[in-house]
Parts: sequence; structure tokens; C-alpha cells
Amino acid sequence: MEFLSYLISGISLGSVYAIIALGYTMVYGIAKMLNFAHGDVIMIGGYISFCAMSYLNFPGWLALILAMVVCTALGVVIEGLAYRPLREATSLAVLITAIGVSYFLQNSALLIWGATPKVFSPIVEGTQNIGGLSVSNISLLTMAACIVIMVVLTLFTSKTKMGKAMRACSEDKGAAQLMGINVNRTISTTFAIGSALAAVAGVLMCSAYPTLMPTTGSMPGIKAFTAAVFGGIGSIPGAFLGGILLGIIEALAKAYLSTQLSNSIVFAVLIIVLLVRPAGLLGKYVPEKV
Amino acid sequence: MLKVNDINVYYGSIHAIKGVSFEVHQGEVVTLIGANGAGKSTILQTVSGLLRSKTGSVEFLGENLGNVAPHKIVAKGLAHVPEGRRVFLQMTVEENLEMGAFTRPGSEVDSGIADVYKRFPRLEERRRQIAGTLSGGEQQMLAMGRALMSKPQLLMLDEPSMGLAPLLVEQIFEIIKELHKAGTTILLVEQNAQMALSVADRGYVLETGKIVTTGTGAELLNDDAVKKAYLGA
Repeated sequence: MEFLSYLISGISLGSVYAIIALGYTMVYGIAKMLNFAHGDVIMIGGYISFCAMSYLNFPGWLALILAMVVCTALGVVIEGLAYRPLREATSLAVLITAIGVSYFLQNSALLIWGATPKVFSPIVEGTQNIGGLSVSNISLLTMAACIVIMVVLTLFTSKTKMGKAMRACSEDKGAAQLMGINVNRTISTTFAIGSALAAVAGVLMCSAYPTLMPTTGSMPGIKAFTAAVFGGIGSIPGAFLGGILLGIIEALAKAYLSTQLSNSIVFAVLIIVLLVRPAGLLGKYVPEKV
Repeated sequence: MLKVNDINVYYGSIHAIKGVSFEVHQGEVVTLIGANGAGKSTILQTVSGLLRSKTGSVEFLGENLGNVAPHKIVAKGLAHVPEGRRVFLQMTVEENLEMGAFTRPGSEVDSGIADVYKRFPRLEERRRQIAGTLSGGEQQMLAMGRALMSKPQLLMLDEPSMGLAPLLVEQIFEIIKELHKAGTTILLVEQNAQMALSVADRGYVLETGKIVTTGTGAELLNDDAVKKAYLGA
């Protein structure tokens, strides 16, 4: 019984990681860059929904939508201003820029909302009793949202024209251009989707762990990045699996081993997995034929 | 149809293309031949907008392409099969073809795919396969079929015979002849000068970024300098 409740809290936490990791992996897969500011977009999403609910008295769902809209716009602006001019630059320059954007967002939040943590009121309250286990509604919502997002993204990239164009850009931007695909617009769309997902993750995460600070997004951001690498970066099911597993490992490590060491255990598992499977759990290697 | 006028292309400080001009007329097969590094691929990339010339102009159907983005050039009817084929290895054969039709309305995709399968029955057998699992010859067919999906007025082929066994090379050139017969205008870049000149109406010989000789396919095949340098005679 105890184990089950830890497992469910792990899956719930893992679902948040998975939603963030899906954004990371989409952007990495298509733009071939690690957007280290992704975690901070989560934090902005948290603050936007916090303001909408506390100052404008928006209901939770409307606050979520507002956060998604703002973060989508933010993602597109960040991509256009900070990353697009560096399309031909070395990946190191892009990486450093992404770290710069991350600090910029954190400090902007510090300036606007101050350093004092805000107490976030969950968008849904209450708990359900499932077979004697008490599970919070926000956990259920988070898990459901994660599965829906994963399925929708999978269908989007495998069935729609835009989704297929994204995969084409991911493989070979030059060849994609020769097909008539507008690579810049495709990358921009990817950032829009990734940032909207970050907003969802932000609202769900703050509903489950209701302390909101300018640095709230950075640790989950790094863990979700880990989850994406763990599952095989660039792979949508990989990000999902990696996120869920990471959440479970973290929750079980906290419960049975050590709260202080839980993060170290998570990263140790990552290192072991990468030693055995360098491409991640579901990462694939396609040989090139001549 | 295509008029390239005095283009100069640089890679950083390296002057790769030095004042090249040539024309391709409606219905022709024109070939650019030359050794490795002569600048053949660079010229095609400049025509399709992936690289830019510092001077001169590239005119297609009377329109200057100098400031047109590469993805818009495709929609104007110019398809480019790049060197090394560059099919999307992790996508299926059919998805590759769909990407070729990216600029076309959705209603044309199915009929376009059917046309490609008629020309390349092998691709139909492998339609659900990931392109990375195809042989080199099949990938070349896929790259050509993918380019045809955009219903191009001018098809540019960059080294279609590269890395293929002699039998497959002949097959690819058979297809080029068929496309020509069907009225497609083709600009063909090749190291295999013998094959290229035998299908071409006209040819240009390129040496270190400059055009040194031009003539009809037959003239160039019999040109002593060309024979010596490229035909191993």
C-alpha cells in the first residue's frame, strides 16, 4: 500500500518531467539545440497563471490557457531574437546564448515578482479514493494531461503535414528547404509548441508543489533534460518514458533511501543508462548507406 | 528557361565559382561536367538559393532568384536532387514522397505518388519501409521521385550516378532519358562525363570554377581535350 502510493506520487512527478521533456526533445530534435531556458519558461508560465488567478480572479482553466498563450508568444520571441540569428553559428555559441536567456528570464522574474516565494493555489483541489489509496486530483490531472499530450504529439508528428515537415527539418535542414519547407517557420512552430507545453507543466507543477520563485523552473528543467536524454533525446516516446521513470526513481529513492541523496541517485541512474545505451532507452541509430 | 549570368560564389575567402554563365532552354538536357572540386555542386546550390552569388544573376522563367528564399524557389518549379541524395533516412518512402509535394496542394499528393510509383515500381514495393533501409540505387530513385513530386519545370540532378554499381548507373540514365522524352527540362551535374554527354543536348566543361568549353553532347564527346581529361582516352 505504502509502495503504491509512493509509486503514484512518482508517476505524477514523472508526468510533469515528461511534459517538460517533451518540449525539450521537440526543440532539440528539430532545432538541434539544447534550450536551457526551457525550464524558465515553466516558471514564467507559473507566474502568469498565479497572477491571473490571484489578481484577476480567473478560474484555473482560464489561467492555464492564458499562461499557454503568453509562453507560446515568449517562446517564439526568444527563438526569433536570440536563436535565429545564430542559426549558422557553432552549437557552443547557441548553448551559451540559451544559458544567457535562462538568466535573463530568472532575473526578469526577480525584478517583476520579487524574491519572496508566492504561494500558488492549485487549479484543482481535492482527492480521490481509489481502492483505498488517496490520490490527489491534481496528480490524476497531471497524469492524464501527460498521456494526452504524448498521444497528440505522436499523431501530430506522424500524420500531419507540418509534423512531418518537422521530422524532415530534424534530419536535414538543407534537403528540407529543397522540398520547399520553410525551415525558420518550422523551428518557430516547434518553439511555440514546446513553450505551450512548458506552461502546462508549470501550472501543473505549481499546483502540486505550490511554492513559486524565480528559480522554480531550473531544477525541474535540468531533470527533464535528463529525462529526455535518458529516454533518447529527439524521441517523443523516449521523453515520455524517461520522464515517468525519472519521477518514479526519484520518488522511490526519496522514500526508501535518502531524501538528500535522491537527486544524486537520479543522476547516477542516468549515467549508468548512458554507459549501457549511449543513445538513451529509445534513441535509435540509423545506419547510413551509400 | 534558366539563365545564369556571371555568378561569383565564395566559401569564406575561397573564390569557388569565377564568373560562370550558362543557359538551359525548355525541354533540353544540359550537363555540367568537370572533376571533383570544379564547382559543379556549388553552381546548383547557388541556383536553388542555398548559396548566394556576390555578382551577376540567376534568372528562372524570366524572374531573378537573387533574393528569393530557397523554400520559395521550389514552388516556382525548380527541383534539386542534391549530391548524396539526402533522402530523409528516418522517414518512410511514402513520407519522403509526401515531403517532395510540400509545395503542392493536398489534392495532388496521391496522384503524384501514383505517378512516381509507375515510374519506379521498386519504390512502391518498399513504400512503408524507412528510407535508411533502402539500397543506394533505391535511395537515388527515391530522391528523384521525391523531386518529381513538386511537378518541376526544371529538374536539377547532382551526381545521380555517384557510388552506384555500373548496372544501376545505366538504369538511372535510362530514367533520365525517359524524363527527357516526357518533356522535363534537366540540368545534370556529373563526374561520369561519358554517360552525361551521351544523354545531353548540350554540355559545359567546368575547371576550377570556370567554364572552359561548351558544345553539344556529341561535340564534347569528340573533343580531344575533353577526351583526354575526362573520358580517359
